[in-house]
Amino acid sequence: MSTPKREAYDVVVIGAGPAGLAAAATAAEAGLSTLLLDENAGPGGQVFRAIASTPVTERAQLGADYWVGADLVKAVRASGAEIIQRATVWSLDRHIEIGVSVGGVSAFVKARRVILATGALERPFPIPGWTLPGVMTAGAAQTMLKSSALVPDGRTVIAGQGPLLWLLAAQILRLGGRIGRILDTTERRNYLAALPHAFAFLTSPYFAKGLALMREVRAKVPVVSGVGELSAAGDGQLATVTYLAGGRRETMQADLLLLHQGVVPNVNLAMAAGVEHRWDESQLCWSPVLDQNGNSSIDGIAIAGDGAGIGGAGAAVFRGYIAARAAVEALVPASAAKLTPMAELRTGLVHAERGRAFLDTLFRPAPQFRIPSGDTVVCRCEEVTAKDILEAVAIGATGPNQLKAYRRTGMGPCQGRLCGLTVTELMAEARGKSPQEIGYYRLRAPVKPITLAELAAVAKTEDDVKAVVRG
Amino acid sequence: MHRDYDVAVVGGGLLGSAIAWGLGRLGKTVVVLDEGDITKRASRANFALIWVQSKGLGMPAYTGWTVRASESWGKLAAELQAQTGLDVCLQQNGGFHLTLGDDEFEQRGQLVTRMHNQVGAADYRMEMMSASEVKKRLPLIGPEVSGGSFCPLDGHVNSLRTFRAFHTGFKQFGIDYFPERAVSAIALDGGEFSLATPKGEIRAGKVVLAAGNANQTLAPMVGLSAPMGPTRGQIVVTERTMPFLPHPLTTIRQTDEGTVMIGDSKEDELDDRALKHSISAVMADRAQRTFPHLARLNVVRSWAGIRVMPQDGFPIYDQSESHPGAFVACCHSGVTLASNHAFEIARMVAAGALESKLVGAFSASRFEGRRAANSSGY
Amino acid sequence: MFKRSDQDKRPSVQIFVDGAAIAAREGDTVSAALLASGRDVRRATAVSGAPRLPYCMMGVCFDCLVTIDGVGNRQGCLVPVAEGMQVEIQKGKREIGR
Repeated sequence: MSTPKREAYDVVVIGAGPAGLAAAATAAEAGLSTLLLDENAGPGGQVFRAIASTPVTERAQLGADYWVGADLVKAVRASGAEIIQRATVWSLDRHIEIGVSVGGVSAFVKARRVILATGALERPFPIPGWTLPGVMTAGAAQTMLKSSALVPDGRTVIAGQGPLLWLLAAQILRLGGRIGRILDTTERRNYLAALPHAFAFLTSPYFAKGLALMREVRAKVPVVSGVGELSAAGDGQLATVTYLAGGRRETMQADLLLLHQGVVPNVNLAMAAGVEHRWDESQLCWSPVLDQNGNSSIDGIAIAGDGAGIGGAGAAVFRGYIAARAAVEALVPASAAKLTPMAELRTGLVHAERGRAFLDTLFRPAPQFRIPSGDTVVCRCEEVTAKDILEAVAIGATGPNQLKAYRRTGMGPCQGRLCGLTVTELMAEARGKSPQEIGYYRLRAPVKPITLAELAAVAKTEDDVKAVVRG
Repeated sequence: MHRDYDVAVVGGGLLGSAIAWGLGRLGKTVVVLDEGDITKRASRANFALIWVQSKGLGMPAYTGWTVRASESWGKLAAELQAQTGLDVCLQQNGGFHLTLGDDEFEQRGQLVTRMHNQVGAADYRMEMMSASEVKKRLPLIGPEVSGGSFCPLDGHVNSLRTFRAFHTGFKQFGIDYFPERAVSAIALDGGEFSLATPKGEIRAGKVVLAAGNANQTLAPMVGLSAPMGPTRGQIVVTERTMPFLPHPLTTIRQTDEGTVMIGDSKEDELDDRALKHSISAVMADRAQRTFPHLARLNVVRSWAGIRVMPQDGFPIYDQSESHPGAFVACCHSGVTLASNHAFEIARMVAAGALESKLVGAFSASRFEGRRAANSSGY
Repeated sequence: MFKRSDQDKRPSVQIFVDGAAIAAREGDTVSAALLASGRDVRRATAVSGAPRLPYCMMGVCFDCLVTIDGVGNRQGCLVPVAEGMQVEIQKGKREIGR
């Protein structure tokens, strides 16, 4: 682990998932000085998590789509890009200066272009009891499975919807884990709504794979469809899961509940840099405003991968290539010729994005799982409930930033990652406004915590001292 | 014409809220007109000190006004708690300004002497303490701390909860709080005020301008002036840690929640969205030299806020001669002076006239014919 | 709650949780090792003292906070285990000097 070798790079890529790996390899191959920064111990991001180190040796258990990541890693390692793992980027500003912490030491690097490939995180799933020990995200279980070959082994319930849920269930079963029941929260009316997009989906890469996965899982695990209510309970530890489906309420014993209702862009760094975002009504999340090359509202900052709007791993790779190629065209036009032509990349992206509208519509999370009520915790860090937030709205809180003053939501260490979308949608509903009108937390560096000593070590001028020490 | 309210307060920050709450407490019908989710809000960015020491050099009346506020804060906290059930965590057991190195200690000593020698200033204790004396009260100070000044009147409060308590109290006093209604024009019309907002006109018998730095633009609409000189300040906040700091410091305090707030800078830059890390670094460095154990704590948030700052640093309280019933109030220390605003200023506004004995020195007429230099100690 | 797959042939790494030795594997994160240990590794939050376990395992939720080698509030899901590592389950706010 070492801090960046140089003070300035042509291109800095943040995040070594599919988009970041593709982007860094492309930029470096074209001869640009390229730095790839990633927070995890190894490359891969979430979808290719632990691709270079997984203890899962039976390759088929993780699926062919997973191993695609190995080629991307190979390419970036051969490209000449400087790669730093366990590097936490905590600051990015409009001058394209990047604050990065490696091994407890912070450095600042400048870039002519930065490509944010910060990916996605799981959409909050704020049901009663979701803070109990024993309730985790499906992604968490998948991370443990890929990086440590750990699988659920007790009374496990998986609840929610979306492609990742079925993939995870299949992987758990293949590795010898146990799943007691799957509670499918997909709204029945979504099937109808998704119909217009069905043709594109049927001809997309998702269709055959998705169908096979569901068949594989259903053969071994009871699946309850049409789950319209869901809660977890227990005294300091998950004990039961209660759900309502088909007019019947059932409570079952459980010691692990895995929740998943899709992923949303991880926007914290981009927002803190000041990149303009808009509410995406079809994906129910904030997405950056980008041109077709991934360039954001800030000159020099491009965004690729799921951080640009959820498109999946295949699309992320193409978005990474496109953003990097655009950087090459701008910085060393002569080198662009040896890269895959832009038109070809765009065609690839269109193909990879095929079926997305169907998935977005079919797996649009139901309102009751996005907008909680009563004593359900919304902000996990500051332990603020839906009722608390509605009370604040009643006395004048207009949006997420005012809400902080009334209730401290989003002021904890996660900085709104686990509550931000819920807060926006909850306030929008309470105030009869659109999420776009309500807005989001105004985020600032450090977007991930750094120690006070680390901040103190940042270089300072005499003027900086004068601004603070004033008698 | 139909008059909607006895008083319209323009600005729903701590200062406007305190005055509005105080007016509601006296039985007045009050509306508070405020901006929306994103605007420059000093009362959300503040450091939450109730601070007496070093206030008023160059204006003895300000010292007296501050001491008065400090003395009535207990009453405010108690009334807010009784009314809303919210504990604003007032703590007034004295505060420190700690110095690093001999030069800073000597400079601080000179300031304390100047404060004491100032003719007409309120008589209150502010004393220099050696490092070993400080260490008795703050055992975790580091070796670079050379001592500092201590004032027993100083304290701090949970300012966000104070803000919430005022707004919760509004409901019970029947005060209308209308966010997203920035006031664009004010006119005196048939003996009452008409205020233009994006959602229509509001009419009130009196108007109090409490819009922070925006008072500079609003005041001339009612024949007043409020020359402002805003500055930017940055603050760094750590994660929660066990209680270690029994007294607040000018630049370090531990909140009742456990976080450690570290201030602050004074910059001419007025963009509150951007941060200058090198300035935060100076603050962080001084904090860890003051309390070495803080070095390992994680910084979870930092922000920049724009100070409400009259041009000379001292508060402005004024009433209009051309527009009777129009008042302006702005000051930097919205937390410290909240009790004065809730009790004294509200009482004067309700009665229709500012009392020159208490606040005459704060008229904006002091700016006439001179360019004021900020000398308030910020 | 979790078990290790038989195909996992990574070398064992010994770490200590509140003084007790547990067997982790090379490449485990601290959080994964804790969850695999079968021990009660619930922390208590700094706000209300409520019990929590890791939630996201990808560095965003901060529910995996743990004291590692004497340093409090570290994200256990981002830190790989190392031989002899001393892990302590945090109960409430971070302690002074830790």
